[in-house]
Amino acid sequence: MATIEKDAVSGQNTTGHEWDGIKELNTPLPKWWVYVFWACTVWAIGYWIAMPAWPTPNGFTKGMLNYSSRGSLDEDLKAQKQSRSAWLTKIEKASVEEIEKDKALLQYAMVGGKVIFGENCSACHGAGGSGAMGYPRLADDEWLWGGSVAEIEQTIKFGVRNANANSRQSEMLPFGTGDKLADQQVGQLADYVVSMAGKAPAKGSPGEAIFAERCVACHAEDGSGNKDLGAPALNNQLWLFKGGKDGITAQITKPKHGSMPAWSERLDASTIKMLAVYVHNLGGGK
Amino acid sequence: MSIFKQHKVFETNVFFLAVGILLCIIVGGLVEVVPLFSIESTIEKVQGVRPYSPLELAGRNIYIREGCYNCHSQMIRPFKDEVERYGHYSLAAESMYDHPFQWGSKRTGPDLARVGGKFTNEWQVRHLINPRDVVPGSIMPGYPHLKRSLDYGDIEAHLKALSVVGVPYTAEQITNAKKDMAEQVLSEAPDAAIAKRYPKARMGSAMGTDKVTEMDALVAYLQILGTMVDFTKVNPEAIRR
Ligand code: HEC
Ligand code: HEC
Ligand code: HEC
Repeated sequence: MATIEKDAVSGQNTTGHEWDGIKELNTPLPKWWVYVFWACTVWAIGYWIAMPAWPTPNGFTKGMLNYSSRGSLDEDLKAQKQSRSAWLTKIEKASVEEIEKDKALLQYAMVGGKVIFGENCSACHGAGGSGAMGYPRLADDEWLWGGSVAEIEQTIKFGVRNANANSRQSEMLPFGTGDKLADQQVGQLADYVVSMAGKAPAKGSPGEAIFAERCVACHAEDGSGNKDLGAPALNNQLWLFKGGKDGITAQITKPKHGSMPAWSERLDASTIKMLAVYVHNLGGGK
Repeated sequence: MSIFKQHKVFETNVFFLAVGILLCIIVGGLVEVVPLFSIESTIEKVQGVRPYSPLELAGRNIYIREGCYNCHSQMIRPFKDEVERYGHYSLAAESMYDHPFQWGSKRTGPDLARVGGKFTNEWQVRHLINPRDVVPGSIMPGYPHLKRSLDYGDIEAHLKALSVVGVPYTAEQITNAKKDMAEQVLSEAPDAAIAKRYPKARMGSAMGTDKVTEMDALVAYLQILGTMVDFTKVNPEAIRR
């Protein structure tokens, strides 16, 4: 075995290994590298002591700082609630009507409501409540279930036609109140509804008689609808579904039913109040 | 001379070299494996988490097959903004019956860990067939092919395989798998047997047909996500880590 010796050219020691006359230089690591290495090692040991680190048979070492990511989240949330409390406690205590009367609260609710609406509601009702086929436009003054802020709050809280015990439930029956209608009668009825939507109901037409018999219970004689039953107005051009003769025929023979989740199952009461105020102020609150 | 200078012994003797390598791997392996023996304690003890119903499980398989995880995570991290947006942070317990879990790390679309109940079945179906139909600016691809019927002849085997890796499916659940699968789609009314075996399972056809389709399975899976644990009954101290 060769011995460690000083290499004449580089001035470094050799490792003492020699293979077929070739000797290996033992160039040390740069000093800065070694210092960083040891600093990291010391840091790691300190970290094990201070922070949660090692698994144990029934848990893990908690560390001297007793840090917990979930605990620190709880604290963050508490601090956030604190910083918002000036507003939130007012909103908690006030009714939706009172919020609307207080200018500052209203503004706060509008800003908050907008964000929450974007996250939870716009997938169906469209950005800014612009609506889509089957999802009513909320930015107009046409309401299925009532457009007062309290009625809107109720609709959001419990939703429409879902499993929640308090949800709004009534729905349209095929062919209205009664048995199946013949195709010809359905056609006459659809023609009448089209004329009604055009603000010129065809007086004395066969469709009018069928409408009076089968549909007025929910949609009212003049087709203005019924907010207690969620029956849309038929005497205008705003359609929840397709509208037109085809759409109306389809709704009479095989009614579609809109459904919305009960948001009190996901969102807290203050959040729903802000949403109700936001929706009410989108354009067409009553 | 210290023993650290003796590496020539290892470098010139194949037997010692092999033994040395083996020892290194054993130590490294143990350091990685031993902590897993205490994994039980990392799973929070909360009420409500149950194995997926056969329909939900089939939906989960479709979720994986279609690569939804490439764009969607299922992991709400314990950060303020995430909790505000998506709801309560995810617990390890909530994915303890997932093999493999779908936590993911890519969020081209929103996190789906608590999407259950957020939308109606009707919305989910329309959105999956063509996302632009309901969300005009969406970049998510459409999945209209999921309207085809679901091939679930082998569902019992799926349940059995999962029970081998520790998902507590009972013999009753396994023998009834096919029946429960059809039942969950085809019966609108709450079914007592299914409600007992799989509490909170959503009944009824998402497609509104009398066939069991892939869409029904995927939507049933999406609708159960994040809804099993009732967080109003969970003590925050007990799940703190
Ligand atoms: C899954 C789709 C969906 C989502 C998400 C949704 N809605 Fe709805 N919403 C509907 C449907 C469908 C209706 C109409 C139901 C009907 O046919 O009567 C409706 C009706 C309403 C109404 C009653 C409109 C009227 O004319 O009376 C209000 C108010 C409303 N939604 C607010 C909201 C708010 C606020 C959110 C967010 C927290 C929201 N919606 C989220 C589907 C949805
Ligand atoms: C039991 C009450 C009820 C009766 C009776 C009824 N409807 Fe309806 N109608 C509704 C409801 C509620 C809706 C909203 C859709 C739903 O069911 O979710 C609706 C929706 C409609 C729509 C779609 C409106 C839109 O904006 O797209 C049309 C058209 C319609 N009804 C026509 C009729 C005609 C014609 C008749 C008579 C044959 C009739 N309805 C009888 C309750 C009723
Ligand atoms: C190319 C990426 C991509 C893929 C793949 C993808 N998605 Fe999406 N997804 C998105 C984006 C972006 C959105 C947000 C826009 C929207 O709502 O359509 C979204 C939204 C959603 C939402 C609504 C979430 C919410 O809270 O608003 C659901 C549910 C969903 N996706 C399910 C799925 C399922 C199931 C699959 C697999 C069959 C899938 N996605 C595949 C990109 C994707």
